Formats: sequence, C-alpha cells, structure tokens
Amino acid sequence: MRLDGKDQLRFITCGSVDDGKSTLIGRLLHDSSSIRDDELKALARDSLKYGTTGEEIDFALVVDGLEAERQQAITIDVAYRYFSTGRRSFMVADTPGHEQYTRNMATAASNAQLAVILIDASKGVLVQTKRHSLICSLLGVRHVVLAVNKMDLVGYGKESFDRAVADYRAFASALGFLSIAAIPISARYGDNVTGRSEATGWYKGPCLLHHLESINAQPNTADQPFRFAVQWVNRPSRAFRGYAGAVVSGSIEVGGEIVVARSGRSSRVEKIVTYDGELARAEPGSAVTITLADDIDVGRGDVLADPLNQPEVSDQFAAYVIWMDQQAMAVGRPYAFRIGAQSIASGHIRATRHKIDINTGAQIEAHALSFNEIGLCDIALATPACVDSYKKNRHTGSFIIIDRYTNRTVGAGMIALELRRIGGIGRPPLPLGKSERSALKQQRACIIWLTGEHGKAAIGNLVEQKLFELAHHTMLLEAGNVGIAVGETNRKEDVWRIGQIAKLMVDAGLIVICALPCPTSTSRDHVRALVSAAEFIEVFVDDQNGGCVQHDNCEMHAKAGLPELLKVADASSEPPLRHLEAAGHGPHRLAEIVLGYLVEKGIITR
Amino acid sequence: MREVAAEFRNPVLLYSIGKDSSVMLHLALKAFYPARLPFPLLHVDTTWKFRQMIEFRDETVKRLGLNLLVHVNQCGIDDGINPISSGSALHTQVMKTESLKQALDCHGFDAIFGGARRDEERARAKERIFSVRSPGHVWDPRNQRPELWNLFNTRIRTGESMRVFPLSNWTELDVWEYIRHEKISVVPLYFAKPRPVVRRNGALIMVDDHRLPLAPNETPELKSIRFRTLGCYPLSGAIESAAATIDDIIAEMQVTKTSERQGRLIDNDEAASMERKKRDGYF
Repeated sequence: MRLDGKDQLRFITCGSVDDGKSTLIGRLLHDSSSIRDDELKALARDSLKYGTTGEEIDFALVVDGLEAERQQAITIDVAYRYFSTGRRSFMVADTPGHEQYTRNMATAASNAQLAVILIDASKGVLVQTKRHSLICSLLGVRHVVLAVNKMDLVGYGKESFDRAVADYRAFASALGFLSIAAIPISARYGDNVTGRSEATGWYKGPCLLHHLESINAQPNTADQPFRFAVQWVNRPSRAFRGYAGAVVSGSIEVGGEIVVARSGRSSRVEKIVTYDGELARAEPGSAVTITLADDIDVGRGDVLADPLNQPEVSDQFAAYVIWMDQQAMAVGRPYAFRIGAQSIASGHIRATRHKIDINTGAQIEAHALSFNEIGLCDIALATPACVDSYKKNRHTGSFIIIDRYTNRTVGAGMIALELRRIGGIGRPPLPLGKSERSALKQQRACIIWLTGEHGKAAIGNLVEQKLFELAHHTMLLEAGNVGIAVGETNRKEDVWRIGQIAKLMVDAGLIVICALPCPTSTSRDHVRALVSAAEFIEVFVDDQNGGCVQHDNCEMHAKAGLPELLKVADASSEPPLRHLEAAGHGPHRLAEIVLGYLVEKGIITR
Repeated sequence: MREVAAEFRNPVLLYSIGKDSSVMLHLALKAFYPARLPFPLLHVDTTWKFRQMIEFRDETVKRLGLNLLVHVNQCGIDDGINPISSGSALHTQVMKTESLKQALDCHGFDAIFGGARRDEERARAKERIFSVRSPGHVWDPRNQRPELWNLFNTRIRTGESMRVFPLSNWTELDVWEYIRHEKISVVPLYFAKPRPVVRRNGALIMVDDHRLPLAPNETPELKSIRFRTLGCYPLSGAIESAAATIDDIIAEMQVTKTSERQGRLIDNDEAASMERKKRDGYF
C-alpha cells in the first residue's frame, strides 16, 4: 500500500514492432494528463523531426527515449513510465517487440502483474504475439489485456476483432492466465483507451484505462508461508546482533517461531527493530531488522522461514531458464548464481532436458540453449540454496545466472521443484573428466611441446608467466624440474616418462608447457598418441644462433603477424610442426605469438 | 542499499543536498539502524550552490553525525570556470561531471548511490537500478545488464564501478509524499517565500549573492517563489508559487502542467543532452 492510499499496478506492454505500443503508452500518459506542457512542446518539435505521423503529435516519441533508437524508430530496451489517475498509480514497462530482444521482455515481465498484449487488427495473432504471451506466462504474469489495436484500419469492424480474439484465446487457454480481457482500440485516435468510443458501439466492455484501474491483480503474498531473506548482519556493538532483510512473503510477529532454512536451527523472534521504533508484527514487503532469542549462526543469504512450511534446501533442482546472452549456454561450465540474497560463487547447468518452441509451446530436444531460448534445465550448485518453486513464490523461486568471466547476466531461471520429484533426477555422482576439469578453469587442456636447439626454456617460462597473468592453470615441464639425465641414451626413455606425466596433467585440465630436448620425431609421436590431436601443439623454435634471448629489446617487426611467424612446415617434415621463426624477435614477442595461437585455437579466451 | 553495503568494498552516497538526496539519506539511515551508515556521503560542490543549501548540508551533517566528503574541482576554479561567463554546458562538464569523476577516482569508490529517478528524463527512464560504468565512468546504454525481479548482478571487474539508483521507480510526487510521511527536513528553498529574482530567458533566477552580474536594465524584484529542483543558483529556475508547506506543494503538483526539470537550464541545451551527459559520466 502506498502512502497516498492508492495501490500501484505494474504492467508491461508487448507487441510486434509496428503494433503501436509506444503510441499507446504515449496516449495513456497524455490522456491522463501526465505529460507536462514543456514536455508536450518538446514533443511537438521532435514529432516534426523524427515522427511518423506528419503534422500530428507522435505519442510514440514520449517513450522512445534514447537518441539512437529514436532514429531507428525501434524501442531497443525496457523503458519505464509512471502515471496515476484518481484511483490508482501505474508503472508501465515498455518492452520491445523486436524479435531479438526477448530478454528485455522477460526483464520487464519479471516485475509485472499484468500484460497488455497488442495486436494489429488487420494482421491478427502473429508469431511474436504467442512468444510474448508464453514469456509472460512463464514469468508468472497472471492477467492479460488483449488490446486489438488499429481498429481504425479495419473500419472498426466487429468481425476482425472477433477473429483475432478467438485465435488468441485458442492459443492462450493452456497458459494459465487468470483473466484475459479483449478490448478493441485505436491508440492513434484514442478509441477505447481512456474513454468508451462511439465507433465501436458493438463493444460493451470497459475502456482500457478503466479496466486497468479496476482489475484486482495483486498477488496475495500475505497468505504465503513466511520467508525472510537476510541481506546484512547488523552488529553495531557487542550488545546487538540483528538480521536486516526483507519479509518476502507471509508475516512474522514478536515471539514467532522461525527456522534458519539452511542449517535447520530454530529460534524465536525477540524484537522487530526499525528506525521508527520496534514493531509487533512485520508484513510482506517490509524491510526490518530481526533479533532472535537464541544465539544461532545466521549470515547474509540465509532465509528465515516458517518451521511448519520450510523451503527446500538443495544443491540440485530443475528450472526453466531464459538464456539472455549472445554466447550460448555451455553445459558443465561453471557460472555464478544469485538466488535472493544468496550468492553462489559456482554452479553449473548439468543438462538441458528440452527447449520450448515459443511459438507453439512444444518441447524440443536440445543439448543447450542459445540467445533468447527458453528451456527446462537441471542445475547443480556448489553449495545448497534455500528455494521454493517459482509458482509458489516469485522471490525464493527465481535466480539469475552470471558469467564468471565477463560478469554479464547471461540467464534467468524459475525453479520448478515439483518436476524434480516426479522426474526423480536423484543425485548420480557427476562423472568428472578432462572436460569438466578444464571447464572449471575456463580453458582447454593441452600440451605445448617446444622443440629446437635454443630459446625453448626462455620462451616456455614466459608463456607460462603470461598464461598465469591471464588466470590460467599451467605447468611447465623442463629438464630442471623433471630431473632428466643429460646422457643421450636416456632421452627416449625420458620423453616417454614425461609424456605420461603431461598426459596426466592434461587430464587434470592443465595447460602443460614442455621445454625439453626431444631429438626424434618417433618419440614425439609417442607423446602425441597419448592425447587427442587437438591437444598436442608442437612448436619448433627456430633460433639457429641462440640470439633470441639476448635480443629481448630489439625492435619488433611490423610484419610479425601470426601466419608468417607461426606456420606449419611443409608436409615433407613428417608431423605437423609449428615453426616459430625467432630471428629478430625477443622472447616476449615470441611468447605473445604462442599465446595468440592458443586464442586462435580456442585453448584460452582473452 | 543493504545489498550494496554487503557486496561492495567501498560504497559512497552521492549527496547533492536536494530533496532526492534527503530521501536517500533517510532511507539509508533506516536501512542500517541501529548501526551507523557504513559508507560516507560525497558532495560535489561547484561553489555556485545556493547559500541555504550549504547551510542545510552542514547542519544535517552535524545533527546526524555523518561522514561527509566535499569535493571541488580545483583545476576548474583555477581556470576560472563559472556558470556565467563559461556557459552552462562547460560549467556542468568541468565542475560537475569532471569533478565527480575526480572525486570517485581519488577515493576509489566502487559503488555510488545516486538519487536519479526514471520519471525525471527520458534517458533516465532506460537506466538500470544497478548500472555498470567502465573504468572511465562511461555509460553504454546499449550494453546494459538485464534486471529481473529484485535480483541484482553486483559483480564488476577491477576499475569498473557501479552506479546504484534506489529511487529509480519513484516519481516526484512519491518523493514529496514520502517526505511528508516521514517528516524529513529539506532545504527551505523548496518552500515559497519572497525572494529577489530576475527574469532571464524565460526563467526566474534568484540573486543569491553578489557574483551574479546584473544587466543595466535588470533590477531584482521580490517575488514569492520556490524551487522544484536545486542546483547551481544561476542555472536553477524558480517557479512563482505560494506553496509554503509540504501539503501546499503536493496540492500544487497535482495540478501543475510543467515538468520538474523544466527549470534546469542545462537539460534544455539541446535534444538528448541528458543522454550525452550520462554517457560522459554525469549522474
């Protein structure tokens, strides 16, 4: 409840590019007197420059904020707008209709209670219409307004409207919406937007604004089981230890029993502390500080819960995931997870069970998800988290997935706990192999075998040092640390032994750099055979006069591109041999060339 | 706010003395009570603020026992930058944007609370609540992280920083209603009172001190005015009003036909000027 006694409805608008969403919002703002005079003046000026409506004011420009997109005339991001009427205040998220930007729609839908889905009366239900409805449904939006726009283009005919509505209801019946209200409108001319229109005498329902003002779309979080997310431990002095956080569902009273979900330890609420004095009771949405009667261990990320109705504490669960990054999901690769105030440094997607065809809702077999795809995935976390199913609780049932390398938010998930019970994933131990261990280190394991008379050790050392600086896991094998004898006769035996060690290290996910004398191609072939072809990279350091080490400060050649310097020698010299031309280059430059080659081959990323 | 205090190494609350800053400060005090604020306040002073703002700032800091850092861009002072002869655009660039960047770099803050709201301006409507800035404090509106539910991605790399806008979803009216409900004190300039003003380019400029050069035909008149936003006094346009209490202000807002930042001379320089300033590092 807000301070002015009015409640707030958060809704999103979605539709295809030219369905007129922005125009509709502009119209709502204008007709509810939320556009100020100076903004209107600026708008009239801009309409002439950027607008698509000729002399008239282009209401879409109210919402299309950013310069670049104004010129493209496409909304590329989520824009929030606020207006209020005598009965309610509204927060509108304008979401892009452009096919590429599903992730923005999901973002806007995650905080919305209602969706206004626009369709063009002359075009009817499109692929995007279905897509948007499905995303809304998945993200727990339970109320929909189907705004059939551009009625002016079909002469305000009842038939077009009825056809579109029937098509939509047929599709949406499986999506679990609690209400679907269909309204014929013209955003451009204002029909049925803030008042009933004469032009659609056959339509007996309310206008859009009236419907938005009167619908009861508030989720009833007060009746749900008590959950309190601990954000911060408040310890100003030894005498006081309180847990600051938010009541995300249910309510709690002083003296009420709670349990720390993760540890199972229970206690009673001693005090509910706020800046304005102590409270007897805290309701959903309130940010308070709770002190407990017993001295038990509670930290940031913990969830205090109703002892009779506790969340699941699990490190494995199934969830619907929306993939939001250009780089596709990598099954088995570690990602960071954020579940409420719980930051889980590491977890991974064990498997994708299926992806969802967002045009039909059909399940399609898939191994991983790409940008803008939605699917059901099995998640495994390094440490257990307290979770509910998303259907039961939006707060404790949602999470985001973060790339540990780029820090981008790459995915969002909604936990589907009941599926785990039915499906019974159980907990088979994850078979750990080379790929899992490499993935953890965010690299591909391999052997870099340096050969040649001079400069191997210097370059090998530098390559390892540079890899270390890039946070890669490496091991350098050289005569010194593996303790090989100098005698010629032993060399073949040495190579065999070192090959075995290197293979073991590749299994551990390491990048192994070998700087050893290895006279015959046969003995190298032996090592090569121990690992896969892509994992054995042979580099011939061609430094006849041993000048490379001394010439560290020499000027780099402009032509020092990778193809010239690191080339595969011709087929006659038996195995593929990468030829590192050392003349005129310092070891730093040569090591950089090797690194560049590793990036090119996908061993490491920069 | 607690999220930021828990997840970042060195946060700071940008305190501009205005009503939004007052609300943010109040929210912060509430969030950490009974503990003290776990981060300092930072005021970027252009030396052209209203005298009453500075008095109010110093009184607030003293009353609440706060840790306030004040930063002035000394290079700008040395170069003689001022809002009158340098023009509003250069003055804002040097004394606000550059100065802010200096202060942030100097203290190494990794998270900065700002009081910006999405309803203020179109470019701000697309801002995230947790918004990443590159090491040069640059905003890239095309490369923003999606924000779902109330789950914020607080991870940044070394050198990057996070701007955090807890009031993103508040409106001007919400701010005033909250100030009334919580009895938060604000700078007296928000309330109407007879003050000496001159009219320039359609805006009412208050003659706050002797530094404002008056044209030969200009004589300050005494008018009942108040401010909807506060900044540097030569750049802040007042409105004629009789609203002397919070109730009056709220009543006035419900019928007003002009937007809040209309009095800000710096926004009107050209279309999309806020977006450009934001990309540059302005709040």
